[in-house]
Amino acid sequence: MDDFLTAFLNVEIVREAWPILWQGFLYTLALSAITVPLGMVGGVILALLSTAGPRGIRWAAAAWTDLFRAIPPLVLLVFLYAGLPFAGLDVGAWGAVAIGFFLNTGAYYGEVLRAGIGSVPRGQVEAARSTGLSQAQALAHVVLPQAVRNVLPDLVSNTLEVVKLTSIASVVALPELLFQARQAQNATYNATPIVAAAIAYFLLLWPLVRLISRLENKAMAGR
Amino acid sequence: MPVSADAPRPIVDARGLWKRYGALTVLHGVDLSVAERELVFIIGPSGSGKSTLLRCLNRLEEPDDGSIHVDGIELLSPKTDINAARRRIGMVFQSFNLYPHMTARQNVMLALRKVLGKSRDEADSIAAAALHRVGLGERMDHHPAQLSGGQQQRVAIARAIALEPRVMLFDEPTSALDPELVGGVLNVMRELRESGMTMVVVSHEMAFARAAADRVVFMADGQKLEEGPPAQIFGDPQHERTRAFIRQIDRH
Amino acid sequence: MSGLENFLFSFFNLKVMATYLPLVAQGLALTVLLALLIVVAGLALGLALAVLRSFGIRPLNWLIIFTVDLFRALPPLVIIVLLFFGLPTLGIGLSGFAATWLSLTLVLMAFSEEIYWAGITAVPKGQWEAARSTGLSFLQTLRMVVLPQALRITIPPLTNRTIAITKGTALGSVVGVAEILGASQSAMSFSANPSALTLGAIAYLVLFIPVVALGRWIETRFAWKR
Repeated sequence: MDDFLTAFLNVEIVREAWPILWQGFLYTLALSAITVPLGMVGGVILALLSTAGPRGIRWAAAAWTDLFRAIPPLVLLVFLYAGLPFAGLDVGAWGAVAIGFFLNTGAYYGEVLRAGIGSVPRGQVEAARSTGLSQAQALAHVVLPQAVRNVLPDLVSNTLEVVKLTSIASVVALPELLFQARQAQNATYNATPIVAAAIAYFLLLWPLVRLISRLENKAMAGR
Repeated sequence: MPVSADAPRPIVDARGLWKRYGALTVLHGVDLSVAERELVFIIGPSGSGKSTLLRCLNRLEEPDDGSIHVDGIELLSPKTDINAARRRIGMVFQSFNLYPHMTARQNVMLALRKVLGKSRDEADSIAAAALHRVGLGERMDHHPAQLSGGQQQRVAIARAIALEPRVMLFDEPTSALDPELVGGVLNVMRELRESGMTMVVVSHEMAFARAAADRVVFMADGQKLEEGPPAQIFGDPQHERTRAFIRQIDRH
Repeated sequence: MSGLENFLFSFFNLKVMATYLPLVAQGLALTVLLALLIVVAGLALGLALAVLRSFGIRPLNWLIIFTVDLFRALPPLVIIVLLFFGLPTLGIGLSGFAATWLSLTLVLMAFSEEIYWAGITAVPKGQWEAARSTGLSFLQTLRMVVLPQALRITIPPLTNRTIAITKGTALGSVVGVAEILGASQSAMSFSANPSALTLGAIAYLVLFIPVVALGRWIETRFAWKR
């Protein structure tokens, strides 16, 4: 037990590593605050293209979505970060993360929103158009709000996944929580910083997990 | 206890049943005894506890106090194998509760095979006979979604009678049906009654009660207020609550 | 070299690709093996937890819910790193493969338990009552009446979640597993050319596009109807 505590929950080491872990935590929050909206924008664009665009565009949007749902985000990130410079195109760690998340999480949000738009009855658009709203107004004011409500559990759960996914930015050396924990672990030869990071992730995301599970149960029971 | 002379042995004998949900008391020490081959009808306003009483009789609801003997077995005793006891007590629900992933025949066969341990062939022929009996011989291999509400309820009756229960409990069996489908279900119940099945029915089908019941029990506020032959309960009710209830029913 | 030539030389260099094809193919085989082991163990453990949870034993259910929440909240990469770098300090060494397998299995266990459980609770109470009233036991009812209905409605969310989690096998590259990404990254550093990485990306597409399409098909086929 003492061994366990020394190796995993060493108070001394937490105290020592605290400043950089805290920085990492803030960095993770900032990263999430950027990647979540970025993915949502990508998702809305894809969802609109794949439901309201002309046939060819719809098909292309669906293919695009499947493509980026099939490639693991880490592969995409490594490609952007380590591959592109060979072609003389260095987007840097930040650029790689921004582009990668836009493409990957955009595809996921897009798929969720597409399903949501599909769940709104056609009559809704027809009713809106019959009162003189334009197609775009009907989408923005009538369809999207209902679509978002219908797939709210999936949207929230996707957002949780995006925040968790920011941990892969450690692979391209962005100093977020996991990266800082690894640094601290290397410096102290002790696993405590990683345990501390895990606890931080858990405390940050547990409320979201509870919320999702409540929303999902409600949705499933309503079917 | 008004048990008719030609059937001295009660099949169902419930005494002093209490059921509470938190502060709400749903059953206030209710007694109910049902003789062999008897059809007992339980009527009363909604919230009177009649469904709860019925559901206690096969322990779908756990009474807080009292005793229930069915066919001589004490249901509430911890020593009783409740699964073995339940197959002697058929139950038909308001919402049919057929298994949607199984055909009509498979619905009937499941307990025959898993509870009675019948072979596939034997269970199959018993199920076929039960479904013929309720007039669904032609539809044995349909799934519930392909059947009308009335047909589903008849399958549910077949599922119960296939186990050869000593008593059948009906919990508002026609309340969820469109009016034109009620007749088919009542016909099956009438046929069951004529074959000598002991039955306890909670229902609002008063015409059926008048015609077929041996005894009518009126419940209100978790108590049995009055019981007697249908002619007495419907023609000359003693209790004011019963009179009010009958008047209201007759108006519809 | 022109821009296009440069681009082709960097990312679609057939000579580099041919050289490292065997290495990436081995990576593909390892990814498939890892993914299969995760799917089998994760889905089975998730179902076991959901069944245990249906018994309604209070303290046990709290433990199950906490475990499930934990592995839903933690990023998979954090779990992998913790198991791979943390456990050796306790004298328990896990290979990168084992650490990745165990981490993603626990994650899939957690997510699938939640989905199975939602499916079980979505089956109407009347189904339990009807089955119990014919004398079926709790377990018989669960197995023969409730689970078949619950599993049917859980197929679409379960498929999508399983696909998403098995894609996490790429995270194994961080702890030295020579799966597709790991293999193509080493190929990239040997050859100083990212074409091997293109090859890796193609390998993922070959593997996952059919699975994603299957997931989409299942979603429409098993739409939430009863």
